[in-house]
Amino acid sequence: MQLGEWPVSGNVVDAGGAELAIEAKGLVKRFDGFTAVDGVDIAVPKGAIYGILGPNGAGKTTTLRMLLGIIDPDSGTRRVLGCERPTDVARRIGYLPEERGLYPAMKAVDAIAFLGALRGVPLKEGRRKGRELLETHGLGYAADRQIRQLSKGMAQQVQLLGTLVHQPDLVIFDEPFSGLDAINQGKLEGTIRDLAARGTTVIFSTHVIAHAERLCDQIAIIAGGKVPFAGPVDEARDRLRPQVRLETRAQQGPWRAALPPEARHEGAFWHFTLPETGIEPLLRALIEGEAGILSLSIERAGLHDAFVAIAGEAAARALQDSEAAPTHTKGPKQREAADVR
Amino acid sequence: MFAEKLRAAFVVARRDFVAVIFSKTFIFFLAGPLFPLVVGAMAGSIGAQVQQDLDNPTVGVAMPAHQGDRLIRARDAMADRMAGPVPSFVVLERLRDGETFDARGALAKGSGVAAVITGTLDAPVLTGTAERLGSWQGMVSTFAARARSASPASFPDVRSEVVTTSVAQQRNQQVLTAQAGQVLLFLLTMLLAGMVLSNLVEEKGNKIIEVLAAAIPMDALFLGKLFAMLAVSLVGIAVWGTGYGVLVVAGARAMPVLAAPAVGWPLFLGLGFLYFAMAYLLLGSLFLSIGGMASTVREVQTLSMPITMMQLMVFFFASYALARPGTWIETAAIVFPVSSPFAMLAQAAQKPALWPHLLALGWQAAWVLLIVRMGAGLFRRTVLKSGAGGAPRRRGLQAVLRRRPA
Repeated sequence: MQLGEWPVSGNVVDAGGAELAIEAKGLVKRFDGFTAVDGVDIAVPKGAIYGILGPNGAGKTTTLRMLLGIIDPDSGTRRVLGCERPTDVARRIGYLPEERGLYPAMKAVDAIAFLGALRGVPLKEGRRKGRELLETHGLGYAADRQIRQLSKGMAQQVQLLGTLVHQPDLVIFDEPFSGLDAINQGKLEGTIRDLAARGTTVIFSTHVIAHAERLCDQIAIIAGGKVPFAGPVDEARDRLRPQVRLETRAQQGPWRAALPPEARHEGAFWHFTLPETGIEPLLRALIEGEAGILSLSIERAGLHDAFVAIAGEAAARALQDSEAAPTHTKGPKQREAADVR
Repeated sequence: MFAEKLRAAFVVARRDFVAVIFSKTFIFFLAGPLFPLVVGAMAGSIGAQVQQDLDNPTVGVAMPAHQGDRLIRARDAMADRMAGPVPSFVVLERLRDGETFDARGALAKGSGVAAVITGTLDAPVLTGTAERLGSWQGMVSTFAARARSASPASFPDVRSEVVTTSVAQQRNQQVLTAQAGQVLLFLLTMLLAGMVLSNLVEEKGNKIIEVLAAAIPMDALFLGKLFAMLAVSLVGIAVWGTGYGVLVVAGARAMPVLAAPAVGWPLFLGLGFLYFAMAYLLLGSLFLSIGGMASTVREVQTLSMPITMMQLMVFFFASYALARPGTWIETAAIVFPVSSPFAMLAQAAQKPALWPHLLALGWQAAWVLLIVRMGAGLFRRTVLKSGAGGAPRRRGLQAVLRRRPA
């Protein structure tokens, strides 16, 4: 791993002067010649809710593991809570991995205390806090039950509480919503908002865009091990031009020439992307051409559409790159095919 | 940083220790040494019976009446003065003058005797297998000579002066003590190997390994697991030791009495404990590293056999070195980290010098740290390669065995 240009410890700020909880530059990780993460840059402001979005196998988990110090990058630099070695600040971090699990024979309260003890909370205090947390989250009755006696959802909640028992400054969730029912997903969203309101930085990975759209201040989209986009959610949405839906009384007229060539007529509506010139010239043409506007709506692109477009572009670029140079990053499917061979 | 690692290791050790001690399988672990003891005792009892039958053969006598009786009386008078076991003599037949006896026929018919003496006291004939004839010919001749003499020879009394030991005997007995120490060390490490080997598989099965890896340094995790199993083994040793003590106090005279080791019993026991800890930590860290690469119980079972073989080889090497004091083999056994505790325990039984033990313990501790670090590094590289939904997923050993050059 290269050493960064930062000092050994201290605060990091972004271009806008915001203090950063995490800054990673050019992270690369290869496994047996397969490039899982290929030059990832991420800057997470302190106190933000930050989403890492990407399709399955995009490199989200590997990126998170590098940020946590579970694995070291082959190249690139990372700085977490002011430290170049994330393990040095492990006590200030909470982590909920995608593959969740606890010791089945442990009681719920002991499991929380154990997870806290790993992060430096004395066992006795961990048990006390564990009971409090369980009570607060409506699981007080299960405090002395063994993990194996709990439902999967309850066990996941216990692990989540264990992730937070030491009151971390930074919480990293890997696919936190997977396996949860709608009610518990809502509860988790509430927990994430509460954490952010208390000043905790929250990073979570997901491939379900709706969660990110509802929660995140900023996102990074990872595709094929690269980050084609990182920044505020609105900025991602603005990558796509707004969509226009137009309904007119007249079906024909000179105003039709003002519509963009790709405009399509479906039912009573015209659908097209808002032209670069804006809506005003079109409006003028519609009024002067007596089109008879019945309805006109301009909709900003959703994060889902923006994600599909950005990730799709990145995937297409990666495919072109891999065709140009066979030793470049391969996708999971290609890799599996190579293994079979 | 080191203090933080120790703290983290203690958290892991505490969890593992409690989990093992309060598990049902721990009872079986404690009862583990009973199984070989019971099997050994049963096999020994049966073997002893067979040996006894083999060692107390009977020789049949078929001679003229008076001569046969005199031969048997001579045998009874001299049996206690003969070296080695003396077979019993029984009269097969008292022959009349001129009568003959078919010794070959009697042996072939299965008369229950191992050999037959016929002829006369002046010219006895011993019929039997070549092996029997070789060992009994001189004895029969001596008994016949005694039976033939008119007046019985008188045997002078020999005055006995007992000394507790001799230098040569002491050395031999200390070798026995050394061997006993090595065997005990081997059995203890053998008992623990399986537990250590499968230890990390539990974490993988519970999928908690990633939480542990994110929260604490991997070498702290390894150390914690090693310390936990060491503590478990100490509980075992305490229980077994107490059991042995009870047997000794209860007056089990069959218990073997070993010669005092060269460094004295208290120091020998102390060094034995330290060498056990080192042997365990060295082998345990190796097993943990290998076990860390296994993803399933099946893989652990597959690994068990070569690892047991490896343990046996280490034990045999140390035992072989014990029989060759002062040679390069002994030096090699002392220097080679995994056999070093075994070889040094044998040294403690035979040589009084203490400084080599300090040196050896330091050397072994350095290797423990080195193996733990290497094992932790290997574990990090091979275990957490990709996410659950991730792409190139080869698990554990498979990943190592099928690794292609980058």
